[in-house]
Amino acid sequence: MISRRDFLQAALATSALWGASGFGNWARLAAEQALTQDKLLEFDTMGNVTLIHITDIHAQLKPIYFREPEINIGVGEVRGLPPHVTGNDYLKLYGIEPGSPAAYALTHVDFVALARAYGKMGGLDRVATVINAIRADRPDALLLDGGDTWQGSYTCLKTEAQDMVNVMNHLRPDAMTAHWEFTLGTERVTELIESLPFAFLGANIFDAEWDEPAFEAYKIFERGGAKIAVIGQAFPYLPIANPKWMFPEYSFGIREERMAEVVEEVRAAGADAVILLSHNGFDVDRKMAARVPGIDVILTGHTHDALPEPVVVGKTLLIASGSNGKFVSRLDLDVRDGEVKGYRHKLIPIFSDVIAPDPEVAAAIDAERAPFADDLSEVLGHTDSLLYRRGNFNGTWDDLICNALIEERQADIALSPGFRWGPSLIPGQAITREDLFNCTSMTYPNAYRTEMTGETLKVILEDVADNLFNPDPYYQQGGDMVRVGGMGYAIDVTRPQGSRISDMTLLATGEPIRPDKSYVVAGWASVNEGTEGPPIWDVVESHIRRVGTVRLDPNRSVKVKGA
Amino acid sequence: MTISRREALLVGAGGLVAGAAVALPLPVMAAAEDAIAAFTGGAEMAEGGITLDAPEIAENGNTVPVGFDAPGAVEVAIFALGNPNPEVAVFKFGPMAGSQSAKTRIRLAKTQDVVAVAKMADGSFASARRAVKVTIGGCGG
Repeated sequence: MISRRDFLQAALATSALWGASGFGNWARLAAEQALTQDKLLEFDTMGNVTLIHITDIHAQLKPIYFREPEINIGVGEVRGLPPHVTGNDYLKLYGIEPGSPAAYALTHVDFVALARAYGKMGGLDRVATVINAIRADRPDALLLDGGDTWQGSYTCLKTEAQDMVNVMNHLRPDAMTAHWEFTLGTERVTELIESLPFAFLGANIFDAEWDEPAFEAYKIFERGGAKIAVIGQAFPYLPIANPKWMFPEYSFGIREERMAEVVEEVRAAGADAVILLSHNGFDVDRKMAARVPGIDVILTGHTHDALPEPVVVGKTLLIASGSNGKFVSRLDLDVRDGEVKGYRHKLIPIFSDVIAPDPEVAAAIDAERAPFADDLSEVLGHTDSLLYRRGNFNGTWDDLICNALIEERQADIALSPGFRWGPSLIPGQAITREDLFNCTSMTYPNAYRTEMTGETLKVILEDVADNLFNPDPYYQQGGDMVRVGGMGYAIDVTRPQGSRISDMTLLATGEPIRPDKSYVVAGWASVNEGTEGPPIWDVVESHIRRVGTVRLDPNRSVKVKGA
Repeated sequence: MTISRREALLVGAGGLVAGAAVALPLPVMAAAEDAIAAFTGGAEMAEGGITLDAPEIAENGNTVPVGFDAPGAVEVAIFALGNPNPEVAVFKFGPMAGSQSAKTRIRLAKTQDVVAVAKMADGSFASARRAVKVTIGGCGG
């Protein structure tokens, strides 16, 4: 019998044009527990062009734990397709040995035990070591940053992302695109963009008033005798998912026709290969790959998926490089005569205890953090539970935040946005201020307290659910479901908007939520201008200090159907 | 006289293209399908022949940019099927028009389909449809 893994390899091997993925090798090494820096970096250089992709770092300069999702549902045509494969199904699909470093890096299975065994991941000083090693093979490799680099930590917030710009400049990227960067506000984000010694690209960023392109759409690089066009695509739904009042000058959107025009433009300018550096989210990119001809590679971002092999749509390779500095993708291309004739790919996991930090970047990181050392390391409490965020419906970090909102703000119900950023803590760890900010740091942190009717609550849940489970990816925004404290509900992900949510129940009393009754609701990260309330980190800090040691029961208040 | 931003854009377009678009308000009608039938006289509408550009999700439902390109059209009507008044505008193109395209901004009361119907020189009709979602947003990331 042929396994799925063998089948994938065989399918790739049948095409003489395409090379095999480098992941098979890594999986085997991982299964043998023979992980060393040399073996992690081992790569049989091929072709004439190398791309290095990193994305969604979320300002994580230092190694972290990051638990991959247990629940990551795909709907419509992508149901059951990567990246909507998790846990043991994921291990089976890619032929990964349970308990191996690869299983730890890529799934939630046995996460706590494996985290203790294999340690933290990421750290931009380790990432630098990997990039330097690739550049030793291929000095002119292109380093491409998919965005969500300038948000997500205490130091990033306090320095308005100067720490990230300074450290990333040591890594010498060739181009980046953006999402959360714009929540720094127009003035600051444009100031930082103007300071960059490399290209900032966004084909879909338009001037909101004149509906004209506001930034460079692409840059053409000469590499290995070929012209490589890199097109940037920022997160399409920035003014909807994030506060548009912070960057009212700009309009975004998927703008598929515009992308097709830009691809034609770079081909007309002689591009031999077209690379899309995207913050669309994986399913949007998969649809775009099928509808916009002429894109050779999409370096995907936004949805934080890590896949050990490219997903191939027609002749387009989709690369998914994870988040939080956990992975770097290397993609070697053989580009000749106006086309990509072959490739070799490897998703490189950044095991922080295996890969040595680069001294120059380690020193740069230390310098950025030094002024804040006391604040960062201050212990607020401890956790007996695994604290994680990623997953479609709930995570213990958000359970903790919702508990804090309900108790500290005397609310019936708490809402916490379905962000996908935020590293994990394992049981027994201290919770420092740095850890708290890693899961809350943002420029619109006010914790509101208001009254909402049951009907309004249902409208909100239905609206967010459609952003996640609309069967057409172009209508998805790429976050997870809003997290709810104090209220349970059922969701049928296969239903249309307006009829997905049912059985809304106030957990305190067990009574059904009544459409006409008002409830006190506390939440944070509202996109509305002028939202009042203390910053969320103050609310959660006082809660953690009060309880001392956090213990959370498994959250079973959301019943999922149709998955 | 004060000129709105929207009017200025249309005037600007008219200055560039001889015989270009003129937007005319239509009388209010009850149902969207009736409104379309009134424009076409109930004729069949072909797919293709007109492209409609609109965002998948509106950044601001109060001012949603829409545009169309309908080579060879003599008239193009835009309908917002979920608005209380579905008729948005009719653009008429004279024989000297350099292109049969226009852009404007429309208000959408809720998530709905926007339809553009082109009347061609030979009296045939073509249409294009886009679903535009109006959302409260705020939880992406």
